[in-house]
Amino acid sequence: MGNFSHLVYLIPLFPLIGFLINGLLWNKMPKTLGGMVGSVAILASFVVSLGIFFEVKDPAFHGPVIVNLFDFINSGKLVIPFSFQVDALSSLFLLIITGVGFLIHVYSTSYMGHDDGMVKYFAYLNLFVFSMLLLVLGANYLVMFIGWEGVGLCSYLLIGFWFKKKEYTDAAKKAFVMNRIGDLGFLVGMLLILVNFGTLSYQEFFGQLHSGQAVVANSTYNWIALCLFIGATGKSAQIPLYTWLPDAMAGPTPVSALIHAATMVTAGIYMIARSGALYSLAPMILQVVAIIGLATAIFAATIAIKQYDIKKVLAYSTVSQLGFMFLALGVGSYTTAVFHVMTHAFFKALLFLGSGSVIHAMGGEQDIRKMGGLGKHMGITQATFLIGCLAISGIPGLSGFFSKDAILSEAFAYNPMFYILGIGAAMMTAFYMFRLYFLTFRGSFRGTEEQHHHLHESPAAITIPLIVLAILSIVGGYVGLPEVMSEHNAINSFLSPVVRNFGEHHLAAGTEWALMGVSVIASVIMIGLAFSINKKPKFEPNKGLALALENKWYVDELYAAIVTKPLQLFSEFLDKYAERRGIDGLVNGVGKSVRWGGDRLRLLQSGQVGFYIFIMVLGMVLIFSLSFFWVR
Amino acid sequence: MILIFLILIPLITGILSFAVKGEGAKMLALISSMITMVVSALVSGTNFKETISYSHSWIPTLGTQFSLSADGMSSMLCLLTGIVVLVVMIAQVNKDVEKPGAFYGFLLLSQAGLMGVFLASDALLFYVFWELALIPVYFLCSMWGGEKRIPVTFKFFIYTFLGSLMMLSGLIYLSLQTPGLTSYSWADIVRAGNSLPPQTQMWLFWLIFIAFAIKMPIFPFHTWQPDTYETSPTPVTIILSALMVKMGLYAVLRWLLPVLPAGVAYWSDTVVILSVIGIVYASCIAMVQTDIKRLIAYSSIAHMGLMSAVAFTHSTVGMHGIMVQMFNHGINITGMWLIVSMIENRWGTRDMTKLGGMATIAPKMAIALVIISLASIALPLTNGFVGEFMLFNGLFRADSAAHISLMVIAGLGIILGAVYTLNMIQKTAYGEVSKMIIAKDLSINEYLGLAIIISIIIFLGFYPKPLLDLTAAIAGLIVK
Repeated sequence: MGNFSHLVYLIPLFPLIGFLINGLLWNKMPKTLGGMVGSVAILASFVVSLGIFFEVKDPAFHGPVIVNLFDFINSGKLVIPFSFQVDALSSLFLLIITGVGFLIHVYSTSYMGHDDGMVKYFAYLNLFVFSMLLLVLGANYLVMFIGWEGVGLCSYLLIGFWFKKKEYTDAAKKAFVMNRIGDLGFLVGMLLILVNFGTLSYQEFFGQLHSGQAVVANSTYNWIALCLFIGATGKSAQIPLYTWLPDAMAGPTPVSALIHAATMVTAGIYMIARSGALYSLAPMILQVVAIIGLATAIFAATIAIKQYDIKKVLAYSTVSQLGFMFLALGVGSYTTAVFHVMTHAFFKALLFLGSGSVIHAMGGEQDIRKMGGLGKHMGITQATFLIGCLAISGIPGLSGFFSKDAILSEAFAYNPMFYILGIGAAMMTAFYMFRLYFLTFRGSFRGTEEQHHHLHESPAAITIPLIVLAILSIVGGYVGLPEVMSEHNAINSFLSPVVRNFGEHHLAAGTEWALMGVSVIASVIMIGLAFSINKKPKFEPNKGLALALENKWYVDELYAAIVTKPLQLFSEFLDKYAERRGIDGLVNGVGKSVRWGGDRLRLLQSGQVGFYIFIMVLGMVLIFSLSFFWVR
Repeated sequence: MILIFLILIPLITGILSFAVKGEGAKMLALISSMITMVVSALVSGTNFKETISYSHSWIPTLGTQFSLSADGMSSMLCLLTGIVVLVVMIAQVNKDVEKPGAFYGFLLLSQAGLMGVFLASDALLFYVFWELALIPVYFLCSMWGGEKRIPVTFKFFIYTFLGSLMMLSGLIYLSLQTPGLTSYSWADIVRAGNSLPPQTQMWLFWLIFIAFAIKMPIFPFHTWQPDTYETSPTPVTIILSALMVKMGLYAVLRWLLPVLPAGVAYWSDTVVILSVIGIVYASCIAMVQTDIKRLIAYSSIAHMGLMSAVAFTHSTVGMHGIMVQMFNHGINITGMWLIVSMIENRWGTRDMTKLGGMATIAPKMAIALVIISLASIALPLTNGFVGEFMLFNGLFRADSAAHISLMVIAGLGIILGAVYTLNMIQKTAYGEVSKMIIAKDLSINEYLGLAIIISIIIFLGFYPKPLLDLTAAIAGLIVK
């Protein structure tokens, strides 16, 4: 193979150029040209990524290739280069980001075609891809952090893309701030690594971990792993920092597909998979990861059951699926988590883009209570959406089946209780996805006459990405066949040089088949249930538990009551009392008494400030001179 | 020899300016600041390796000399002064002030004083320049300031003058301790200070430190600052916040840390804790401000808090981070004030509850606001990031519970900073367009001023090496 990996800097360079062109000419470029520049930039990156992928896949490829660009920080002992690392893990993420990214760019040329801010939109989108590529390409934690905060910025800009609506910019702000809370964890984790190991480079750090030459306490591993995981909960929307992701649906739908489903939110999984060598030394934290992941998977799934906004259902579904990925990480199977990242990128991007196609046809309407029967009008959207639903529900033969099954059987081997709870979440997934499908595409139309008249299939720029993603959602799973079906698990063996799983689990073939059977039967039952309940939907106001679910378990209200409000009150207290009355009052008091004293002294003295100052200086000099002689 | 020009150019043009009538003063100031900026760039450019000095006899009877010297830190700050004053003058091109001759005269005199402060290597000379920089500011505040300018200037005056006097007496005391004849030269002052017994250093520390603590300012010596920033005309606010604040920090690094090591060692925990409290305290207060100027004033206190905390942690990387961040904070806050003055000019108010819609009506201004805001919350690939990372690295030297908690408390500033900065963007740039006086985007000179700031933000964000190289040697020397 050629020497593609040394051209790795081109991959982020193309989107950066795209960003600069669109960003600098945002008010001069024609809209279609802006879309073209943006899309071509990502296509070019995708081509290079493909080249790199095949080079890495080649058995002749040895070890990671590190490409040093320049010294980013150079201060005495602290030298951190701006460098990229090409290996199996990064090359796989490169393909997902640029591949799915390109399809979503193409989709956007049509979806955003009527928006005045289209050129700006593509500038942001390119900047996002640039940052995301830095995140996965970095050869040290600092470059990862640069990308990490960069994608957070782009997410902020794109959620608040329609900035006139306060609700949207509130959502953008919330996303940024919650991510920053996580970022502080990441930062502390990085500094802990730096203090204890003197490096942020993956190779050097993991090298020290493997060779055991670093002498640090076990608790140090735990602290570092925990801090990085806090970062991951922010970016990847896990309990307790997940509440920004559903609100992030305020952004344009392709953004939700790219950033809030396929790529950015999986950064936390990438980070932990990348740091597998560290986490394997901190089993206690791995258990925390597993529990948080499982809890998020279940919790978010319950909320999704009672949402009426088509994008909100998908958003909670994303939170839940990310929970599954963390479960996989937590039970030590990093490669399975990455596998699910990949399949999820296909089917969740598909579902989001499908929902965008629906929203377009409905003239901006997102409430599924007002939809129904859309399948008659938009065949391709319906068919591809159905494939997405089947894939995420884990129906055999589609990609989601393989990756989810792999997670569940790993969970079973780790702790059967985790498996049972996981099946519970998977059942809810099948239920809410098919509830969504039936309410949207089947039955009869429940919207206005005008909307009904307007219903149409979307243009090719939208349907072609849907079809491509649908195909990927079907075949994407065959790279990770379970042990009982095939000797060769392509994705595990591809990743194995970089990502070493913690504790290998081998289940008996019979057990594995049984587990698979249980999860398939459970999903099918739930699909049937969703069908029978939503055949003739009635929407009455929710009561009791259903109302709590519709209101997302009141978590936002809870956070407002225990964090936002008290902080606001505390700050107002500081401003009004501590600052103005307290410190400033004291200072002004001193000022006043100086004046008061001056007024009295004026009776004796000339009253000129200059004279007082003179006396003060003289006095001080006198005191110091005296003390000087006195000391001698 | 080149160093004396950094002081002489603004000094002479400043004095001349008082005699010039009308528009001429503005042009004179613009040209003067351009030349000064070029000279300061030359000084920084030739200054990567060696220290430049200049000396001339001054008042031999007092044992003081007119001696200047520029190492990496001094020339970096002179460069910052050159850039900031130039940007201020560019932004002033389309503005009218009353009595321009005096206004620009005072601004230039203050610049001369600042250059002198950063270059002086004689304690008495340092003090003279310190006052030369400050006195014009009193006049500028009290004559061209907004409402409440008299009481505010009085408070500012009391604060800083009290500090100055204590510092002067401290320096005089030190000069009397010098070996041989009385001397104010930096090397002799350092020798004298180091030879003092720890008990003496302990109280002498506060005598000298108070002036610097007020200038930076460190919590709880800060309450002059929001009022003064709010009241002063924008050019003065910029000089105060971008440059004079650095004067305080610079003085700590030059005239305190090396001079009284035992005193510093004794009090450093106190100062670190005060500074870290100040970060959270100022950030909280910034969150509930409605006036943009006060919001930025408190955010600046938070940023300076991090730098002053690290100054007392005895870490080389941290010290290097301070150098980098002094420069970047100066650049970023200059940009911030420029935008604030444009907002005031367009909307006629600084009350954020009455603002909105900048992104619709003045998109270029809004883009600049967003970029500068992001730099001030230290987003990676803006200039603010590398410095902040190094500062945190300095604060976090050892893997101990105390350091982790200190770091996390200081880190709250990062989160709160995002909250109040994004609030500000949301309230000014986003939403529907609120009532305006003049609905127009950037004028050419405003564009140019912001373009300079933003170019520096992005360039140093991607490639901080020049700034790091310039200040590497001196950072190592201060910490030793």
